[in-house]
This record gives sequence, structure tokens and C-alpha cells, in this order.
Amino acid sequence: MNALGSLAPTAIPPDDEALRAPVRAFLAEAVAALPPQVRARSWSGYDPAFSRELGRRGWLGLTLPPQYGGAGRSPFARYVLVEELLNAGAPVGSHWIADRQSGPLILKYGTDEQKRHYLPPICRGESYFCIGMSEPNSGSDLASVRTRAVRTDRGWTLSGQKIWTTYAHGCHYMIALVRTSGDAQDRHQGLSQVIVDLSLPGVTVRPIRDQSGDSHFCEVFFDDVALEPEALIGEEGRGWEQVTAELAFERSGPERLYSSIVLFDTWLAFLRSGVETPSAVRLAGKIVAALAPLRALSVAVTGKLARGESPIVEAALVKDLGTSLEQFIPAAIADDLASREGQSVPMELLLTLDYLTQVAPSFSLRGGTRDILRGMIARGLGLR
Amino acid sequence: METAMDDLFTDALRRWLTDQCPPDRVRAIEAGESHASLWESLEDSGFADALLPEERGGAGLSLQQVFPLLELCGAHALPLPLGETLLARAALAVARIEPPRGSVTLGEAVATADGGVRCDRASGGRVADWVLTCIDDSALLLPVREAQVRGAVFPLDAALTWSAATTCGAARFDAALDIRALLACVHAAQIAGALMNVCNRTLQYANDRVQFGRPIGKFQAIQHQLAVMAEHVIAARMAAQIGCRGDPTQLDRSRVAVAKARASEAALEVAAAAHAIHGAIGFTAEFDLQLYTRRLHAWRQAAGAESYWHDVLGAELLRQPDGPAFDLPRRLTEFH
Repeated sequence: MNALGSLAPTAIPPDDEALRAPVRAFLAEAVAALPPQVRARSWSGYDPAFSRELGRRGWLGLTLPPQYGGAGRSPFARYVLVEELLNAGAPVGSHWIADRQSGPLILKYGTDEQKRHYLPPICRGESYFCIGMSEPNSGSDLASVRTRAVRTDRGWTLSGQKIWTTYAHGCHYMIALVRTSGDAQDRHQGLSQVIVDLSLPGVTVRPIRDQSGDSHFCEVFFDDVALEPEALIGEEGRGWEQVTAELAFERSGPERLYSSIVLFDTWLAFLRSGVETPSAVRLAGKIVAALAPLRALSVAVTGKLARGESPIVEAALVKDLGTSLEQFIPAAIADDLASREGQSVPMELLLTLDYLTQVAPSFSLRGGTRDILRGMIARGLGLR
Repeated sequence: METAMDDLFTDALRRWLTDQCPPDRVRAIEAGESHASLWESLEDSGFADALLPEERGGAGLSLQQVFPLLELCGAHALPLPLGETLLARAALAVARIEPPRGSVTLGEAVATADGGVRCDRASGGRVADWVLTCIDDSALLLPVREAQVRGAVFPLDAALTWSAATTCGAARFDAALDIRALLACVHAAQIAGALMNVCNRTLQYANDRVQFGRPIGKFQAIQHQLAVMAEHVIAARMAAQIGCRGDPTQLDRSRVAVAKARASEAALEVAAAAHAIHGAIGFTAEFDLQLYTRRLHAWRQAAGAESYWHDVLGAELLRQPDGPAFDLPRRLTEFH
């Protein structure tokens, strides 16, 4: 059976589910009072104090081994934690990438020295990472990256440029996909991943303002940056395989379902204030009918990751479905609110809607565009 | 042990369907040929008792274990109400009524002015022996052979009317059977099976059909349509499994709502994309695709289409006190 039949209903183990109540209680204190247009930013919200507080509570690096400061728990525990964080609209952006994928990547491919150096501060919420994949001329065609690390007698010299790097201006490190041999014609060969300390001389970070007015992503320039030999993470020349495995973690999590959930909750609260209509009820039901199977699919992919599988096609299916729903929610709620007459809609709800309307295009760009995912799915289904 | 039993049944039914229910048999029964021997063979194999407890001669499977059987009925376009019979017999067993010999479909019905019963669309009514229905918390088991039968839009369905006399003589028991939810649960699983079949057929066709010197599956426009189709298939299949949970005689209406709403949405999209990719050959009577896509439309329209079930879910969500909305989908997707 192909990927279509491989995702079975999966139970979150009770021990992991038990994490939900304390996390929810903490978030009710820490986050609930923030206005919805702020909470709507969620994994785009940058707040180091909040990240350190999560670290203090042992809620970062949940799946990393205790010897490196982690909690040694299963991916399901992290699923529960993240689901609560996102639904509350907690500002998780500062530690997000480090916790979600840089930490697991370093654990999987790093040397013991690298693990001891990088993982404990990630778990404390003190060390933040960004992902250096896209370049000005390498977007969807990631294998064409030109940023190059050249071996020297003292390590590597890095030169080139990355772009659309989320929170590079607030991160300590970037894990960059770079060319270490050959040239762009060699495609997937000759690529490697390096950890770049963004405080090094020769690194320039410039934030880019997006259409919502936020500056969460950046362009990053490397001007003959001298890297230590141990900046290489994993195997030289295996960068493409490493990046591909990393993307399965990146594509199937709760953050691909819940980007518009604070808006949905805020709109439901408005409906409950006595302005519910039959069409609004129907729309609410349509969203739940889409969300429930998606959530079950996302948990099922987590189950595969927990068993050590690499469900790349399944993760792509879930991400495309999930981001479609995330984009549908603001579009449909706008239609509902803007088709009423003689009712005043709370300003906070309108601001939340406006924010999501403006950032929604990014949902199906970040982590692999819709068109790239659909191509991967088609090949994964066995189209020759 | 239970899982093994479950797999055993699924494998056996798959073999039976492959042998006994090929597309030409489906066509013949749709065209009016007798279905009696096909049902006898099915009954002899014991599939229809899968939900009954072992002490009543059944296999003691749970609803979730029966999902693959329901899915297979859809995938093979079985022209008999096996899924309906499975659930009906479970309901009869709970009421301590000996299930009659023969197939039992489920029908939403109303009382007629003269004391009879009318069921405008009995799913598989033309090929069923009995109809289990429920009017005002009173369940009724009515014999199809004593009904006045009129055709319905789908050839295997029927509009049935029973006289007051027949209705009086029918087995009756107190039970608040939610016939619509039971049917929706069955149809959602059947849709999931038919969707998988249609998707796999369309993938195969895209690999085989050559135009402009290459298989049409090489074209990005076709690839993306197939990717979207696959997304609908996995979402609907998971939704249908969400519906097949718990006590089959006390279904959770919100879970069934997710199942039937999402499966119905997918039915429409997948049928449309499959026909678009197959081109003209796909909607000829001779080509098998229509056996499944016509069912997708019929099952989407039976027991409440997507908007009916969206309304159910929306009302449930708005009844929730303030609190994260995702608590509802979360509760509906807790599997134990």
C-alpha cells in the first residue's frame, strides 16, 4: 500500500497527554491576557524571556536526551506541548527553530563535542537557531545554492548570501546548507551543512519588513567568514540527505494546522456574544470537519517519526492540507464578518483578521511551497 | 488476538470480493439480475455477523475493527447492503431480537397518515430483505417483500411504503436508533474505500495514457491534480475512521459528523478530478470508473451531505463554553 493508506489513527500515550494540563495552566497565566492580534503571531512572536521560562520549566528540548539537558521524552510529549503553545498563541518564535529541528539535527548528526556544546543552551531557552536554506537565486530550487564553504588549513571560509531567514537578527546560530565541492550543476552532490555563529566577523544580517509591517525574516551576507573545522555538522557532501530528513520534522507538526487558530477562537467568542447566524454555524462546523482529520493525520505522522521512520510524502500531504485550511480560515471569516450589516465587530477581532489576511500567503511558502510539495507527493505516489 | 481476527476478516473479505464481485457482477446486479446467490455466499462466509458477540455466533469485532470491511465494500462497489446489515444486526442484538435471515438495510422513514411507514430512499433497498428504521424512539424491522416498491435515483436504492397492516405486524422495540448517523457512518467508510480505488485507478491511468509523446502523469498540471486528490483521500479516510469508533449502537454524533462531512467533500472533489484526468473514456458505461464515481455521488447525497453535518458540528462547537476551539477536534480524535 502506498502512502495513502499508511496513516492509521494513533493514540497519544497517557503519560504524554498528561503534560497538557500543567502547560495549559501555565499558559493561562502567562499568555491569555495578551490581545489576540499579538497572540495570532504565535511562532512568529519573538520573546526570549518567555523562551527562558519554558526552558526553566524543562519544556524545551523535550525529546533530547537528559545528558544534554533535554527531557528524554517522546515526540508525542512535544506534540502535546506545542499544540497547547500554538493554540494559546504563545510567543515561541525565538526558540522555535532550535527546539523543533536544529536540536534534533545536531543530536542525529553531531559529534559528541557538538552535542555537548550546542544542546544544553538550546534546552535552557538561551540559544536560538535559524535555517539557512533559501538564497536570492535558490528558492524552490534549493539544490542550486551557491553559498560556498571552502576548506582552509584553519577550517572553512564561508562566502555567499542567504535570504528569507526567519529571525536571523535574533538568533545566535544558523545551520546553513552550503556548497563544499563542485558547482551548481552538480545539484544534490557536494552540499554540506555548517553551523555558523552569527556573531562572527564578516556576517551581516539585514531584517526585511513584510507586508504586515513585521520584520521577522532577514537577508544574511557572508563575507569570507572564517569558520572552525568543527562548524561542519554531519558528513561533508551529505547535506542534501540531511536537509531532506529535517524537512519531515518541519512539515507535519501542529504549526501546519493552527496558524489561524487564534483568529478562529476570537471569531467564535464574537459569535457567542449573541451574533451567531446559521451560515456562521455552518462555517464553524466546516472548519472543525477539516481540522479533526488533519489533527489525527498529524498525530499519525508524529507516530511514524517516533518509530524512527521518515514519512516524507505523508508529511508533505499533511502540510499542504494543513496550510490550505490555515489560509481558508481568514478568508472565510472575512466573508462572514464583512457580509453582516448593522453590527459592530470588535476592533481586536478585525486587527487579528487583518494580520492573518496579510501573512496567510506565507503559510504555503515557508517550509516548501505548495507546488514543490505537490510535485513531491505525485512522485511519492508512483507517477513515473 | 483481536487484531489478528480483524486482519483475518479483512483479508477474507478482500478475497471474496475479488472472486465473487468483479465489475461485471456489479453491473449485472445494477441492471436487475438476481443478487440472491451473491448474498447467500456472503452470508455463508459469516461477514455479516462480524459485530455480533461471539456467544451469538458473531466474531465480536469492534466498530473500528469493522472499518476495513466497510471500506472494502466501497472499494469493490459491492451491490449489497453488507455494511448496513452489520450495524443493523448489532442494534438488533442489543435489543435481544434474533436477526432475521437475509440482509437488513437502514432507512430513514416517516409515519404515513394512514398508519403505515414510508421510506423515500432505502439505501440498497432494491437488494435488501429487510429495512430497520426508527420513528419516535420506536425501532421497526420491516420486510421489503411486503413493501410497495418504487424506484429511486440510484439503481440499487428504492422508495418503499408499508401499509398500516404490515407495520402493525412488524417487529418493534423501544430504542432511540439514530438511523441517519448509522447510515452516515457506513457511507463515510464506503466513500473512503471508493476514493482509494478511484485515486489508484487514476494514478494508473496517468502513468499509462500517452499524449504529446509521454505519459500524461509527466505533466505538472496532472501531477498537482493527483496530489490534491491524494490529500482528499487521506483526509477522508482518516475522517471515516474517526466515525467508526465506540459502541456501534450509540454512535458519537460529532464523530460521525466529521466522518460524513469530510468524506462527502472529498467524494465530490475526487470524482471530478478523476473524470477530468480520464477524459471522455472515463464516463462511458463500459469503463469501470463510473461504478465508483456514481457511488461517490450517491453516498455523498445519502444520510446528510456535508452541509448537514457541518451544521451539526458547528452547533456542537458553539455550545462549548469559551475555551480553545481545538478542544472539540482534539476530543474527537482521541483514540484509545
